[in-house]
Amino acid sequence: MSARPSTGDLLVLGGGLTGLALAAAVGGAGWEVLVVERDSYGRMLDAPYDGRVTAVARGSKLLLEALGVWPGILPHAEPIRGIEVAEGGVPVEVRYDSLEIDGEPLGWIVENRRIREALLARVRRLATVRLHDGEAVRDIRREEFMVRLRLASGRRLAAPLLAVCEGRLSATRGRLGIGARRWAYGQTGIVCTLVHERPHRGIAVERFFPDGPFAVLPMQGRRSSIVWALEDELAAQMRGLGDGAFAAEVAERFGDRLGALRLEGPRWYYPLVLVWSERYTDWRVALVGDAARGIHPISGQGWNLALRDVAAVAETVVERLRLGLDPGEPAALESYEAWRRFDSLALVAITDGINRLFANDLLPLKLARNIGLALVERLPPAKRFFMRHAMGMVGDLPRLMRGEPL
Amino acid sequence: MAEAGGGTDAAEIGKFAGLAADWWDPHGPMRPLHLMNPVRIAWIREQVARHLAPAGDGRRPLAGLRVLDIGCGGGLLAEPLARLGARVTAIDPAEENILRARQRAEAQRLAIDYRPAAAEEIAAEAAAFDLVLALEVIEHVPDPSRFAGLVAGLVAPGGLAVMSTVSRTVRAFALAVVGAEYLLGWLPPGTHDWRRFVRPAELAGWLRGHGLAIVALTGLAYEPAFERFRLVRDPGVNYLLAARRPPAPSGVELG
Repeated sequence: MSARPSTGDLLVLGGGLTGLALAAAVGGAGWEVLVVERDSYGRMLDAPYDGRVTAVARGSKLLLEALGVWPGILPHAEPIRGIEVAEGGVPVEVRYDSLEIDGEPLGWIVENRRIREALLARVRRLATVRLHDGEAVRDIRREEFMVRLRLASGRRLAAPLLAVCEGRLSATRGRLGIGARRWAYGQTGIVCTLVHERPHRGIAVERFFPDGPFAVLPMQGRRSSIVWALEDELAAQMRGLGDGAFAAEVAERFGDRLGALRLEGPRWYYPLVLVWSERYTDWRVALVGDAARGIHPISGQGWNLALRDVAAVAETVVERLRLGLDPGEPAALESYEAWRRFDSLALVAITDGINRLFANDLLPLKLARNIGLALVERLPPAKRFFMRHAMGMVGDLPRLMRGEPL
Repeated sequence: MAEAGGGTDAAEIGKFAGLAADWWDPHGPMRPLHLMNPVRIAWIREQVARHLAPAGDGRRPLAGLRVLDIGCGGGLLAEPLARLGARVTAIDPAEENILRARQRAEAQRLAIDYRPAAAEEIAAEAAAFDLVLALEVIEHVPDPSRFAGLVAGLVAPGGLAVMSTVSRTVRAFALAVVGAEYLLGWLPPGTHDWRRFVRPAELAGWLRGHGLAIVALTGLAYEPAFERFRLVRDPGVNYLLAARRPPAPSGVELG
């Protein structure tokens, strides 16, 4: 079909929340980005009510501000004013007031579709970003200086670096010969939206029950997102329940503090699996976000970590392009790999340390929403550090994570 | 090649020709140059912006600039400068380096004029450049003062020379020779001969003697914890120096 390949500075495979953020960062700095997304954006945006949410940490918000995306998200973002934790049915409650750190919220709960809309709107205003949506990749060829993609439509694209942003189940990762380890927890995560009678006042609630942890995250209006991890068997039983019976199960665990409850939109079921890529880079390839390390499929805390990847890749790529250096050569990938591995290991070390304090194995859910922070109350000197990490503000931060432009 | 005159030294050229295949391996013997490259290119770009006012835009800030890269090796500087828009002539007396660098440039469609030549040969053509680079070269030539003169002579009126090397101090010996060659194993032992190291004041004096004015001097320090170089005030070990030939006086007619 098309005769000439389009050549850019960066190829992004996977135009979801992570891929679009990377395109906004590199394209916004004036460099040519080619994005390939399997689904069509028209269909994605028209999709029936989704209801899945992301907890946007404060560090991520700084990055989104620097990308010019935050103004499009803010009208749809519900600030988290505090977190309450209870173990079992016993009301041993711990509360963090967001005022503890600079008077800003701990984070914001936003529906994924709103983030996607804001990112798309931003990227579509950039002349430097070209979106190829509704396109499958037929073949990937990695040469000495270029990565070349041939799409199902016959279109050909090339750039010196390919960023794989396809998510935890990335097919390209395996296709490029990069192995990944998986830990299954024998649990299923259930995510859904509740409409309730009384206001939530911005308080996120975490409750630990013997059969699994249960969290309620404040959404805009009198709505909350439920994130509930259950043994696979129990989850299968829940799946069989009608909306009314399911809402009754939720009410039983949550109590009546928010008044009468009813479900809105679909329920989502995710097997709780941790996926860890054996390396983050390969010849002219960088894995970004969940493709590198899928910490949890639910509630979108993984996106905060993904945005740190985005910030690190974008800074490395843009700095090198500005100096005329090849953004995909081994020296460039080495600096990205070192930067991110340290950060990810630090996060795992922290969450693993907290995990040991818990009797049951709840690592995925704690990773997902930093529930482990609740225990930090017992370790007063460490508390602020943990909180700051939860908000994505610890470590050798890329400039975008500090809210600075590239 | 390799007349053992002022500018080249057969044994020194042989050391680097033997490494021709390794120039672009960031874990190979050229690792320090890879680590230095972003910092030194950023510094050069800044000097160019300050003193040469190039006409380029954001993507190609060095567009139109005539650049000579002396001792280009595998093209570690020539390639990025060409991508930034410069018209680069890159020379190296080791022919193996030039052949490999040419292949790379062709594969990337970079228009770089690579020549197996020593600085003397270019000087003999009476060529002049807006920017003459001799980075990590002068410590490998037999007569450094004469080499500095050759570099200066290739700078067009209003143009810049940028040179970098290792100073002749005890600390430089400890870090560049003992550290880089023996402890870190970055460089094959024997890469540097400490007695050939040049102090900033010596280099500045030679360039001034050929009509250039020193416009900038910076040190370059290695930070082992971060495996990177950064600019420092102290030029006691690695340093970069920029010198400018005054513009031709306006109003004075040539000939």
